[in-house]
Amino acid sequence: MIRYLMQRLLFACLVLVSLSVFVFFLFFVAPGDPARVVAGDKATEAQLVQIRENLGLDRPIVVQYGSFVSKALHGDLGYSYRNQQPVLDLITRRIPATVSLVIGGVIVWLAIGIPIGVMSARNAGTRKDRLGQTFILIGLSFPTFVLGMLSLYCLYFLPRKAGFMLFPAGGYKPFLDNPLDWAWHLVLPWTTLALVTSAIYARLTRGQLLQVLGEDYIRTARAKGISERKVIYKHAMRATLTPLITQLGADIAFLLGGSIVIEQVYGLQGVGALAVQAVANQDRPIIIGVVMLGGLFIVIANIIVDLLYTLLDPRMR
Amino acid sequence: MTNQTTHPKAPSADNGKISEQVVQRSSFELTMRRILKDPALLTAVVFIVLLTLFAVFAPLVAYWTGHDPNTQFRETGMSPFGLPVGPNHEFLLGADQLGRDVLVRLAYGARISLAVGVLAALASALIGITIGMISGFFGGWVDVVLGRIMDLVMSVPFLLCALALVSVFGPSLGLSIGVIVFFSWTTMGRVIRAETASLTKREFIEASRSLGAGPISILIRDILPNLSVPIIVYTTMMIPSSIVFEATLSFLGLGITPPTASWGGMLADAGANSVYLVAWWLVIFPGIALLTSTLAFNILGDGLRDALDPKGRRIKPRKKKSVLSGWLTSRKTPEGGPNQ
Repeated sequence: MIRYLMQRLLFACLVLVSLSVFVFFLFFVAPGDPARVVAGDKATEAQLVQIRENLGLDRPIVVQYGSFVSKALHGDLGYSYRNQQPVLDLITRRIPATVSLVIGGVIVWLAIGIPIGVMSARNAGTRKDRLGQTFILIGLSFPTFVLGMLSLYCLYFLPRKAGFMLFPAGGYKPFLDNPLDWAWHLVLPWTTLALVTSAIYARLTRGQLLQVLGEDYIRTARAKGISERKVIYKHAMRATLTPLITQLGADIAFLLGGSIVIEQVYGLQGVGALAVQAVANQDRPIIIGVVMLGGLFIVIANIIVDLLYTLLDPRMR
Repeated sequence: MTNQTTHPKAPSADNGKISEQVVQRSSFELTMRRILKDPALLTAVVFIVLLTLFAVFAPLVAYWTGHDPNTQFRETGMSPFGLPVGPNHEFLLGADQLGRDVLVRLAYGARISLAVGVLAALASALIGITIGMISGFFGGWVDVVLGRIMDLVMSVPFLLCALALVSVFGPSLGLSIGVIVFFSWTTMGRVIRAETASLTKREFIEASRSLGAGPISILIRDILPNLSVPIIVYTTMMIPSSIVFEATLSFLGLGITPPTASWGGMLADAGANSVYLVAWWLVIFPGIALLTSTLAFNILGDGLRDALDPKGRRIKPRKKKSVLSGWLTSRKTPEGGPNQ
């Protein structure tokens, strides 16, 4: 098992190295002059040369990459071209909004997705199952931003037009300032995120449960006379845990790296919104920083998932 | 569908007589019968055909309404206050914030969505099939290397990388397709790899080998035909995710460059300055177009899987007789999309 984990760890490093090489060289071959972005349009040629020297852009690409990696390992991701602030600070400031969105979203989508999957599998072939499958189909087909805009229209704008405020249009309020206000501002983003994502979980749960429910050990459990609820949640659900955790790990990691679309629709100032702004401003250090951070989250999530496997499934040890 | 379609029997065999009505049906015929008995699938097919016609005849729509997709009708399409006019006899689906006809733009947007969806799905299918087959057939270090590459691509934050790519090369149709293909071939690759690996161990491959067939001949003549079901099903399922991926890129301003009409771009325009709050038609029509298209392709993919591979469909309900089912095959690989 130690060997297996070492392999995974090695692979994680490989992912991060490839990712860093990809973004770094991407920006090296990119057209456009970063010095121009830093200095603005009115800068003279001498100023540009000076800036290139300060940023180290005049050195060979390999040297630049080496210094980027060694700095990154010390927690220094460089400075924004636009306002000269440390990239790490800029990202850290955005993390609370993204994390709040993801945590709440995960809770809501699990609370919707798993029961629907269970209901569908327990009543396979009946009307309830078809209802569950319709939910899955629509959820899988609904583009997030369409759902977000529709819910903003129906749950924010229409009530406001009628003279009362049901939900705010978006924006992020810090949890510590006022937890209630925080939650109220996040209800719409949470449900939007959860509705489209829960379909994946409902389908996964349903598929796994259908396979498991025919097994002998389930019949044994039923024969023992325990309640159907216990059969499902204590015995059968156990088998669905592995694929659910794989999916959950991947989803959480992707979203922490920037739930770009939701943040964009609801005006949440999270990591994803930062990345979109950085693209608009051609602010390369920030883009590199966010991509690397996203990669780091994915790699960490993969390792946590691997560890959880060994905890959940004794055969893996 | 009932079980009868999967076990066709002549109806008159019940009363003991062997009847002349017993007919042998080809696999194609059986599949067609299953398809024709699935109303959801048929509706989806009809919708997709209509959508394709709508896209192909977009210039006709423009001609018929007399509105060019990119022309701004500031006199007729906008109110004196500069707000877009809603659906009326001249602008059937309303006008947008620049006074352009939403219906005409929707038709031209359908071209982009369908073209990107189908092209990207075909290209990623081609790559996925090739790599998956090589990986599954040869095994050993080839499999390890290719498998690792697939893992690597799957561990990349794709939307962020798309952002980085677009920020460097600027948004364009080609880049959108490239990005979508690069991040979606792995799903197909994994499925084909697993199927090929299990097919390779079968006797008929051994027979082929003992007859002197080389690896390329085995792969193309023996293995590929046996992969047709997953290929058809997964390629179909990649179309809706590519459509959503493209719309998402355009929505974020990273896809199709304005003023070319695309559904994602139309929604982005509607979202900018929250114009859609005063002009609901700007979000409802493109939103519905996008949702129904992805829904139709998803239903098509599901229906095709049920029709082509009836094995995976047999769910024994504990109470009543079997009705529509499916969704049995749950993929273990994480899936998600640009959606998030």
